[in-house]
Amino acid sequence: MKNNNQQNVFTKLNIFRGTDSIKPRFETFKVPFQQGASILDALIWINDNVDESLSFRYSCINANACKECMMIIDGQVEYACLKKLQKSGSKLEPLPNKTLIKDLVTDIVPPKEKLLS
Amino acid sequence: MELIETDVLIVGAGAAGMYASVSAAKLNAQVVLCDKSLISRGGATVMAQMTVAAAIGHQEADHWTHHLQDTIKSGQELCNENLSYLLCKNAPEKILQMRDWKTDWANVNARIRQVLAPGHGIKRCCYVDFLNTGTAVARTLRGQVAKLKNINRVSGLTIIDLVIEKNQVIGAIGLNTETGEYVSIGAKAIVLAAGGLTQLFARNSASKNMGGDSHALALRAGANLMDMEFVQFFPIGHLAPRLVGMDPIMWDPFRYKLGGRLLNNYGEQFIEHYGGEDGDAYTVGRDLAAYAILKECEAGRGSPNGGAWLSFQHLSKVELDEAFGPIIEKLLANKIDLTKQAIEVAPIAHYHMGGIEVNESMETCVKGLFAAGECVGGANGANRLSGNAIPEAFVFGEIAGASAANSTGETPQLSLQIGQNALSNSLVELSCHAKQKSQFQTVTSRKLLFELQKLMWKNVGVLRNKQGLQMAIDEIRRMKNDIFPNLKPASGTVFNTSLMDWLDLRNSLLCAEAICLAANERRESRGAHQMEDIPFKSDKFTKNQIISMVDGDLVSRWQDVQKLEFDLEKQR
Ligand SMILES: Cc1cc2nc3c(=O)[nH]c(=O)nc-3n(C[C@H](O)[C@H](O)[C@H](O)COP(=O)(O)OP(=O)(O)OC[C@H]3O[C@@H](n4cnc5c(N)ncnc54)[C@H](O)[C@@H]3O)c2cc1C
Ligand code: FES
Repeated sequence: MKNNNQQNVFTKLNIFRGTDSIKPRFETFKVPFQQGASILDALIWINDNVDESLSFRYSCINANACKECMMIIDGQVEYACLKKLQKSGSKLEPLPNKTLIKDLVTDIVPPKEKLLS
Repeated sequence: MELIETDVLIVGAGAAGMYASVSAAKLNAQVVLCDKSLISRGGATVMAQMTVAAAIGHQEADHWTHHLQDTIKSGQELCNENLSYLLCKNAPEKILQMRDWKTDWANVNARIRQVLAPGHGIKRCCYVDFLNTGTAVARTLRGQVAKLKNINRVSGLTIIDLVIEKNQVIGAIGLNTETGEYVSIGAKAIVLAAGGLTQLFARNSASKNMGGDSHALALRAGANLMDMEFVQFFPIGHLAPRLVGMDPIMWDPFRYKLGGRLLNNYGEQFIEHYGGEDGDAYTVGRDLAAYAILKECEAGRGSPNGGAWLSFQHLSKVELDEAFGPIIEKLLANKIDLTKQAIEVAPIAHYHMGGIEVNESMETCVKGLFAAGECVGGANGANRLSGNAIPEAFVFGEIAGASAANSTGETPQLSLQIGQNALSNSLVELSCHAKQKSQFQTVTSRKLLFELQKLMWKNVGVLRNKQGLQMAIDEIRRMKNDIFPNLKPASGTVFNTSLMDWLDLRNSLLCAEAICLAANERRESRGAHQMEDIPFKSDKFTKNQIISMVDGDLVSRWQDVQKLEFDLEKQR
C-alpha cells in the first residue's frame, strides 16, 4: 500500500487460520488503514510485514480478472481485491462450501485440472 | 515424490501456453499443460484489456507487410526480423481462428472493428467490448484446451527447474502447491510459456506470477536470453486513488480520445518545459511523457504519491459518458468522479521486449526446449508496438506447440532418482540452514523481494545511468549470494505461501541480475533503454545482446541482428 498522510491510522482484520490438521482458530492482525485500499492490499501487507505464512489466493491484484481471491468477508462472499478495507475492521473466512486447504485457501481447482497420479 | 510422464510439457497457461498445447495436441502428442496459478488465470493474458493488432484489413486496406514495417520501425533496428515476420504474417489467421472459436470481437456489419493505436499507420487493432479483450481470449482458449482429451491440465503446479541431460531436455521438477508434494515430470519436449517479468519493478502492471520464472528456468537449463535490458515502461499508468478492476494503462485511450491535461503538483502543465507540446490533446510521445513526469518528481513538483496529475475536468459529464459510458460507471463505483477530480498517474513497468533466444521454430539452443509468448525475445526489438503482445503469444504459441510435438529422437528417460537429485540441487540453499546467521533472522523472502523491486525501480527503471546500474549489480549479487542462502521459509506442506515466495525470489534475483548486467553493457540510449549520461544512440550497439550462464556466472556477448532475406515490397 502506498503511504500517505493516513499512515498512523490502523484497523483490525480477524482472520481464520488453520488446515485440516491444524486446529482452526481466529487470529487478529492490526493493519494500516488507508482510504480506498482493498482487503487484498491489507492481506498482502500482512504477508510482507507480519506473517509470511498467512495463506490466501490471488494473482491479478488490480484487474479483478483472475477471480481467485474469493472469500467470506463479514459474512458475505466477496472478492478480496474489490472489497474495501473498513475503518471498523473485518472478519475473513474461507469459502464454506469448498474443502479447506489452509487459512483462507479452499479447493477451487476444477476436478479436471488436478494432477493425475 | 511422484513421477508422471508425457510427450510435451507446457509451462504456463496464458495465451501462449494454451495455444501451444492445442497445436501440440492436434498433432497427437500427449500434453501436460501446467500453471502455478489456475489454468488461464495467472498471468498477463487475462488482464489485458486493450487491443490486439493484426492486418486483417476489415476497416481499412491493410497488409501484413505494413504491420511488419511498423513493428520493425518501432523496434529501432533491433528486431529479429524473422520473428517479427512470423508475428505479423500469422496474426490475421489467428484473429479469425479465435473468431471461429467464438471470441466476440467487436464488429460492424460482420466486419471486425479495428482502431488506430500509437505507432500503427492503419486501423489495425481489434478488441472485445468493454475492456474485455484478455478475459475473452482466455475464456476461448480455455474452452479449446478442455476439448482435447490428450491435454492433461494441471493447476497449482509450479515448475522449479528443468532437467537436462547432454544438452537435451528430459523433463522437469515441480511443486504441487495445493498439497506440498514435489513432482517429477518426464517429457520429450518442453515449451516455456511462463510469461514476463515486470513484477521485478516496484511500479508495475503485473500479476503476482510475473517475476521472471521463464527466464530463470531457461538460463539454468543452458538456454540464452537476449536483449534483457529492454523493459517497456508505460508513462501514465494509474497511481492513485486506489482503483481496482481496471487495466492500469486505461488512461491512454482516454487521453487519446478526449485529450487530457498532465499537471504537476502546482497545477501547471509541464510537458512544454521538456520540449514537448501538450495543450488539451494527446500528442506527446511515451518516452518524453515518462521522462518529464519523473523529472518533475525529482524537482519536488510531483503529485503526493510520486507522479503527475491527469485531469479531464475540462470535459462535461455528457462528453465523458458518450465516450466511455460503462467505464465512467466503474470509476464512480471506485469513488472517482472525473468531472470533480484529477487522478494521479506515473510510469509503470508493463511489458518486456527481451527474453529467451529462439529460432523460427521457437527452439532454444537446448534440444527439445522451446519457448513462446512474452518470455521470448526478439520480435519487438527495442520497443513494442501496442497490441503486438497478444498476437505474439498466439502465433509463437502455435509454432512452439507444433515444433515440440514434432521434435522426436531418442530421448533419455527421466527416472525418479534423477528427479530427486535435480530437486536437491535446486533446493540446496534450503538444506544449509545450520549455518544461518542471526543477523538475517528477520529477513523474509517477501521483504527481500520488496527491496529488490525498489532497487530495480530506482536504478534500472525508466532513467538509468552507469553508476546506478553498477550499484544495482553489486547489490543484487549481495542479495543473491549473502542474504538469499540464509532465508528460511516457514515450514508446512499444503499451500505453503512462504515456500512459494522463496521459489519466486530465487528466480527473480537471477532474472534481475541478467537485466542489470545487460543494461550496464549497452552504453547508449535506444528505445526503452534510456541512459541519462549517454543520451544518444550509437551504431556500434545495433546488435542484440545475449546473456548466458557459464559455470554459474552470467556473461554477455553481442550478436548480429537477423534481417529479412526478402524484399517486403514484392510480397504485396
Ligand atoms: C495489465 C496488462 C494489460 C495488457 N494489455 C495488452 C493489450 O491490450 N494488448 C496486447 O497485445 N498486450 C497487452 N499486454 C501484454 C500481454 O497481455 C502479454 O504479453 C501476453 O498476454 C503474454 O501472454 P503469455 O501467455 O506469454 O503469458 P501470461 O499470460 O503471463 O501467462 C504466463 C503463465 O505462466 C504461469 N507461470 C509463471 N511461472 C510459472 C512456473 N514456474 N510454473 C508454472 N506456471 C508458471 C503464470 O501463472 C501465468 O498464468 C498487457 C499486459 C498487462 C500486464
Ligand atoms: S486478485 Fe484477481 S480477482 Fe481478485
